[in-house]
Formats: sequence, structure tokens, C-alpha cells
Amino acid sequence: MTFINYASREINCKIVYYGPGLCGKTTNLQYIFDSTAPASKGKLISLATETDRTLFFDFMPLELGTVRGFKTRFHLYTVPGQVFYDASRKLILKGVDGVVFVADSQEERMDANIESLYNLEENLRSQGYDLMNLPYVLQLNKRDLPNVIPPADLAAELQRKGEPVVEAVASTGTGVFDTLKAVAKQVLTELRKS
Amino acid sequence: MADTPIVMREPQYRQIKAVLNKLRLDSAARVTVLIDKDGQEIAVDGDVSNLDTTSLASLTAGNVAATGGMARLIGEKEFPTLSHEGERESIHICVIGRTLLVVVFDDRSSLGLVKLRVKQVSGELASIFETVVREARKSAEEATLFAEITDEDIDSLFN
Repeated sequence: MTFINYASREINCKIVYYGPGLCGKTTNLQYIFDSTAPASKGKLISLATETDRTLFFDFMPLELGTVRGFKTRFHLYTVPGQVFYDASRKLILKGVDGVVFVADSQEERMDANIESLYNLEENLRSQGYDLMNLPYVLQLNKRDLPNVIPPADLAAELQRKGEPVVEAVASTGTGVFDTLKAVAKQVLTELRKS
Repeated sequence: MADTPIVMREPQYRQIKAVLNKLRLDSAARVTVLIDKDGQEIAVDGDVSNLDTTSLASLTAGNVAATGGMARLIGEKEFPTLSHEGERESIHICVIGRTLLVVVFDDRSSLGLVKLRVKQVSGELASIFETVVREARKSAEEATLFAEITDEDIDSLFN
């Protein structure tokens, strides 16, 4: 839920990176964190297992600049991708303003993408949201790997509503900021409409 | 569709800050913070030079959400208060409507005193926050302000 503070002249929005296990959600956040000037970011909090799998969520606040005299701050979250952490995923979607679905482009992960996307729609519904009305971007990650499905085929299967589709290699940063920009733009446009 | 934004105005912000300040002094606490249940910091009082309150807000909301999920599993609506006691520093969290009141205190205070003082101000904070929600609904000012945001404004954020 967007939080507008007139006293401190701030707009705060929440963006959640969703997707199947090991698709690169945390890598997206890590890249954003590593490439942002210290003044524009807070700490990257990672609640992960000993083997670096996200256990609850990753979180980083990112200040993008000023719009109409208001500091614009995005709170970026990831969800744990593994199937059995569904209760946690639901909780993290609470108060969401925009969603990025990170799809794993590898052929063998197609079923996992579909299952996770279905899970996203269902969990959004359980929180009272409809994916069709929410700022949303589809990122096709891991485009550098050899066994990837062509983008058009992935989009045909995973695109839900004509949302922006961004090809990415999160580990090297390709497409990471394009994805963030695409979702942030929709969130701010939504605020303008409301 | 995302939820309606929460809009905080100067008068309510000042009132909340005053309550947080009184609570901090009365409970001999180090820091008092009011947080939205979604993890956004609303207001803070005390010396936060060594405390990352943005991370604290996010983790508190996660903490309350997780324990709330546990509560529902055993047939409770939620656990309205949570306390974490450390060797030197402790945290007390109280759910007040859709906000979370966090008190960070050390051995100059005690959990009992903090709980008592929190209870005394929770009604006042709930009532101020109700005003925040009511004002946000009836005011059209922010709609005008944000309607003026242009595509160029948004693009400039990423340059």
C-alpha cells in the first residue's frame, strides 16, 4: 500500500519480486543493491537459509529521487520461491503496489514458472488483489544460458495481460533496471490515476 | 488494484510524534517507532543514529505477519503483543489496528513498565490513525497533486 507522508514529503511504495525457486529474484535485488549509490539505498536484508535459499524474504529500500517535491522510495521485497514456503509468500504480498514475475527461461523450468505464476494469481486473490489490475512486469531471466526457450514462446505461455516483458541476465545486470523502471513507472502512474 | 494509499498530514504526524515522545520518556525507553502493518515506518522518536529504522520496520512487519499466521493456525485471530528480550536491548511490539507500535528499551527500563505505558497510549494512537484514514478518504488534494505527475517526472527518476 502506497504511503504518502506530507509531513516528511515522502512517497513509499512496495514492490514484490515473485517467481519459482532459483529463478533469480534475490540476484535482481543484489544487483540493484550493488549498483546503487550508498546514499540512495538502505541495507539489503536477507532472511535466508544456511545454503543461501530465501527463507522468508529479502528486502531493500531504494530511493529513486524526487517527484513534485516528494522523495520517492521503493521498498523491494522478494518471496521465497520454493513451493513449501507458500504461507510466507502470501504474507509478503500484503500491501503490495507492484509485482515483478521473474521467470526462469530454461526449458526444464517451464513447469515451475507456470506453477509459480498460478500460485501468484491465487495468493493475490487471497489478499484481495487481482493481477489484472495491479502494476506488473514479466522478466525473462537467465537469457545467457544455452537451453533457453525463445522469448516469444515464453511470453505466449506466461504473459497475462500485455504487461511489459523484459529479457534479463540478472547475474550481470542485463535488464534488471529496465524491469524495475517498468514496474515503478506503472506504480507511479497508478498513483496518478487514484 | 492496489489498496488506497495512506496519506499522513502534518497535524496527525505531529500528534503521533508527541505520543511517541511521551511514551519513550514515560517508559524510559531508547526508541519508539510506529510502523504500518505492511512495513512502512510512520514516525519515530529517540536517538536512531545507530538504528536502521527502515529495516526495523520491514522486519517487525514480517515478524508480526509470521506470528499472526501462527496464531491463525491454532485458532487465534492474532497475537496482539510480541516481546523479544536480549542480553542488553529488548523490543516490545504491540499491534494497534493496522499499525505496529515498537518500543526499543534496555536495562534502564523493564518489560512490565513498557507494557503498561504502551497500553496507556494505544487508544490515543488508534484514534489518531483513524483520523489519518478518514482524512485520506475525504481529501482530494493529493489526487490533484499526483494527477500532475507527468511521464517526464517519472522518467527523470531513472536518469
